[in-house]
Amino acid sequence: MKPYLRPYVLRLVFIWLAAIIGIGASIALPLVGKEVVDGPVLRGDSGALLPLGLIALGVGVLEAFLIFFRRWTQTGPVLGLETQIRDDLYAHLQRLPMGFHGDWQSGQLLSRATTDLSTIRRFLGFGMLFLVMNILQLTTVTVLLLNMYWPLGLLVAASAVPIVWVSLRFEKKYIRISRQVQDQQGDLATVVEESAIGIRTIKAFGRRHHVFDQFDDTARKVYGTSMDKVRLSARFFTFLEVIPNFTLALVLLLGALAVGGGSLTLGTLVAFTTLMLQLVWPVASLGYILAMAQEAMTSADRVMEVMDTVPAIEGGTGSIERPRGHLRFEGVEFRFPGADQPVLRDVWLEVRPGETVAIVGATGSGKTTMTSLVPRLIDPTAGRVTIDGHDVRELSLPALREVVATAFEEPTLFSMSVRENLTLGRHDATEEELDDAIRTAQAMFVYDLPWGLDTRIGEQGMSLSGGQRQRLALARAVLSKPRILVLDDTLSALDVETEALVEEALRHVLREATGIVVAHRASTVLLADKVALLRDGTITHVGRHHDLLDEVPEYRELLAQDADFDPSEGALR
Amino acid sequence: MTTTTTTSSAADWRGVASENQDDLSETVTVLLRERSRRLLGDLLTPHRKAIALLTGIIIVSNLAGLAIPYLVKVGIDAGIPPMLKGTGPGTLLTVVGVILAAAVTQALTRQAFLQLSGRIGQNILLELRRRVFDHFQRLSLSFHEKYTSGRVISRLTSDIDAIAELLQSGFDGLVTAVLTMFGTAALLLVLDVHLGLVALIPLPLLLLFTRWFRRQSAIVYRRTRETVALVIVHFVESMTGIRAVQAFRREPRNQEIFKQLNDDYRGANASSMHLIAVFMPGIKLIGNVTVAGVLVYGGWLALHGEVTVGVLAAFLLYLRQFYEPMQEISQFYNTLQSAGAALEKLSGVLEEEPAVPEPREPEALPKARGKVKFEGVRFAYVEERPILPGLDLTIPAGQSVALVGSTGAGKTTLAKLISRFYDPTAGRVLLDGVDLRDLDEPTLRKAVVMVTQENFLFSGTVADNVRFGRPGASEREVREAAKAIGAHEFISALPDGYDTEVGKRGGRMSAGQRQLVAFARAFLADPAVLILDEATSSLDVPSERLVQRALRTILADRTALIIAHRLSTVEIADRVLVMERGEIVEDGSPDRLIAASGRFANLHQAWLDSLS
Repeated sequence: MKPYLRPYVLRLVFIWLAAIIGIGASIALPLVGKEVVDGPVLRGDSGALLPLGLIALGVGVLEAFLIFFRRWTQTGPVLGLETQIRDDLYAHLQRLPMGFHGDWQSGQLLSRATTDLSTIRRFLGFGMLFLVMNILQLTTVTVLLLNMYWPLGLLVAASAVPIVWVSLRFEKKYIRISRQVQDQQGDLATVVEESAIGIRTIKAFGRRHHVFDQFDDTARKVYGTSMDKVRLSARFFTFLEVIPNFTLALVLLLGALAVGGGSLTLGTLVAFTTLMLQLVWPVASLGYILAMAQEAMTSADRVMEVMDTVPAIEGGTGSIERPRGHLRFEGVEFRFPGADQPVLRDVWLEVRPGETVAIVGATGSGKTTMTSLVPRLIDPTAGRVTIDGHDVRELSLPALREVVATAFEEPTLFSMSVRENLTLGRHDATEEELDDAIRTAQAMFVYDLPWGLDTRIGEQGMSLSGGQRQRLALARAVLSKPRILVLDDTLSALDVETEALVEEALRHVLREATGIVVAHRASTVLLADKVALLRDGTITHVGRHHDLLDEVPEYRELLAQDADFDPSEGALR
Repeated sequence: MTTTTTTSSAADWRGVASENQDDLSETVTVLLRERSRRLLGDLLTPHRKAIALLTGIIIVSNLAGLAIPYLVKVGIDAGIPPMLKGTGPGTLLTVVGVILAAAVTQALTRQAFLQLSGRIGQNILLELRRRVFDHFQRLSLSFHEKYTSGRVISRLTSDIDAIAELLQSGFDGLVTAVLTMFGTAALLLVLDVHLGLVALIPLPLLLLFTRWFRRQSAIVYRRTRETVALVIVHFVESMTGIRAVQAFRREPRNQEIFKQLNDDYRGANASSMHLIAVFMPGIKLIGNVTVAGVLVYGGWLALHGEVTVGVLAAFLLYLRQFYEPMQEISQFYNTLQSAGAALEKLSGVLEEEPAVPEPREPEALPKARGKVKFEGVRFAYVEERPILPGLDLTIPAGQSVALVGSTGAGKTTLAKLISRFYDPTAGRVLLDGVDLRDLDEPTLRKAVVMVTQENFLFSGTVADNVRFGRPGASEREVREAAKAIGAHEFISALPDGYDTEVGKRGGRMSAGQRQLVAFARAFLADPAVLILDEATSSLDVPSERLVQRALRTILADRTALIIAHRLSTVEIADRVLVMERGEIVEDGSPDRLIAASGRFANLHQAWLDSLS
């Protein structure tokens, strides 16, 4: 937290000063009242009345002004802190690799970026100052009471003992419960998020009630824990209100005795009780503020959990001056954390500059994993991937990802204009380059959209067909003019005619770049100069399509479309 | 279509139309406030009795609380003089006893109040969550496509939080504060009418000031809700698409956008905090000036023996107590306005009608056979550009139909009409002779299931995801479904087999594997009409072959509509429809169409050519 507060130190000092003087003013006001009672009224001195009234007025105006100053000034630091942390959290999350995002429910991340940060803001903007001011006010008032008449003052001071003791016990329990509530709220956010993003699937199966039951379960858990919290704080808050009142009764009793004994004036007793009544609110609100403090601390913990996660994939410092696109996989292994079986093992593959290699393998054989290693969306658990002889881990991430562009099978589109979606990897693309890329990907349909390239596509482009989305993703990858172009089964949702056109255009693109093409179909494989067969997580054969078709039964099995169809017929073009 | 399509008109405030409009006219504002008030009333109604009880408790609690300073005064005024005169501490002891009794009463009632109000608050929250969630799930796809998931999430998290904040902290403070104020005002008048009236002079000023604050803050808080929604939308979208973000170095631009949105949110929050920075001390100022006035005037009265010293002392005490809660009230007002803005958004969502409504009197369809009929069906997303100009089509029960045609020909629209994601603009779609609009949701979804290319997997195990097709299915049935579709092998090979967690949105599985799970899910659902929309595109050839073999048996006794680019899937169909611009241009068995020399024959030839 400290670095976030540094820019505001001076302002914070002023805020605290204003707060402290404000307390002084609020304490001074009843004292003026005591003066009036003890002075003019008892002595019958009407002359002193007006000056005392003016003092009261002055103190009152000062107090109001100080509150204004404090509240107005604290807006900057408090919101600045919240906004900065949220910015940093977002930046950090963007830096964290796919592995992290796969493990964390995004609802949990969202609840940290919103709910938790608001909790912290509320505490900083309101609770923290009140907590300290309350404690200050309590001590000051107690000291004043001690000064006024120490035996009674001592009694008041002693009443703090049970308060502190119970507060400490409350704190422990409350921390546990509020953490539980916050985590459950994150779970709830996750259910909400899945239900919103998966709405089509839910509708297609008519599972509204099923999903609702899930939500209801989670919401009821939140309810249950929140009720525990309510019960706990109800007991605590009540306790805090009882103590000052009991003390007050005792003070009155003993004070009356003291007045009777002559050791205390009536005016002092009036002032004493008046001052003491000022203790009731601060003590009672202490419960609420302490609860707030606990929640803010829990929230800070939850935020720090994410912030303290060191990105498992950090860029190096190197860059390649003039990349040629010589790609090598050297004994690469990859396994998910905690998995016994590696997804990839001992993968060796060389792709020379300008060459295109097709990767062929059964569903789940690790093809996508292999392509994700090149732009370092994930890192190998053993071995290395090199470009032009540099380990990809030595390169800075922006430099690396400028060299490599991927068109994913499941295209991720954002709810922004077609143009922005396409220029994701290159903001400076010219209209011509844009048009070239669109034509290469056969995505000319974008010109027919209501506002052409400036049409905002709906969330994840779901209003477009699968084929249209894939073509946009392809255009995006082509547009960034990478040295290494990765096509992860990018043409699967295209119809045959369009596919043929796209392939024709891609041949030109791939002549310029090093290519990796994940393919399920012979037509796509033909884009490549050679084929690597991926089986059980390792490359078993590398060769030309026709040779593999002739020599390797597994390969034939994977690519021969129809058992009755003799692939050699169409293969020789 | 929903009202979201027309957002420009200022008079349009129904449903979610008023979101993101900066300048709302006075009338609209009033209507919106009424709408949220109705929702609030609706939520509170079931708790009427509890609230009445609560009010009783809080009155007792506050009376007890208020009595204490009064009793202190009595103790000083009536208890001490006898002691000074030496007639004993009897009165004083009685007073102290009463104070203790009041303190105990206050404690007990306070505890009861906190618990009861907490329970009511949590119940309202639960009910609101349930209601809004359920309503979102009822709303049609056309709504969701426009509204976006980020906003759904924002409504169900951040807006509900704002209301929770009110129910947790605000309510308690408000009731106490209001009662304290009224009680104190009454006491002041009882103590001394003259001085009391003087003390209450600034009241009208206070009311005016509060009204000003309420108006201002309504605007400010509406902006807070809207800006935070935008932050959430952007956040969710970047995290959902993080792979593309990282692969294409989108981070800096994203950061810029996020910073901008975050700053807007900060700006909205700053306005609200500044508003309070004026309001709170303003109240304090009015209070303090009054105290000074009463001090002088009361002192003057006391000087002339018109009030006792005790009354003056009590007056000063009570005046403070009168204004102290005002701080509490303004704090509450703050949360109230924030919650009010949230409630406004939520009531807007609840007001949206599903574009595809449930029938009032649903027709029964005990056992769907699966005959599908389109009668003069016209459909357009945008009025000027009909996707289907007028379609007539009959699919007999049990027939497998393949839909072929270029992108934008209307194939997916046809499928979405059968599964009633949309209703036709004109004409009707019939299942076994019943208009789809006359079938209730469970009946329709039992009969018609669609597998899309999307294959969304929910977090949970593989078995959970298959079981999504039929939630009651047993372990064995889940396995059978997976076996039938050819997914059993890969699932068994997963680390925990069917109990493997799929990771966030199936992140640890390949696209093909997810597609297989989606197939198994549809198979388990066992519908009379099965729609496959490009559902095999991610499968490798052997898996596809397995699926196709399975499809031959699965489709034998049910109606199927298959949209596929790969004609291998088409071959298992009984009938092929070629679509162009929303019309059927060729219709016949695959063999017959291949033999002819039309569009399908060409497509088929091109496909054969591509197979090498």
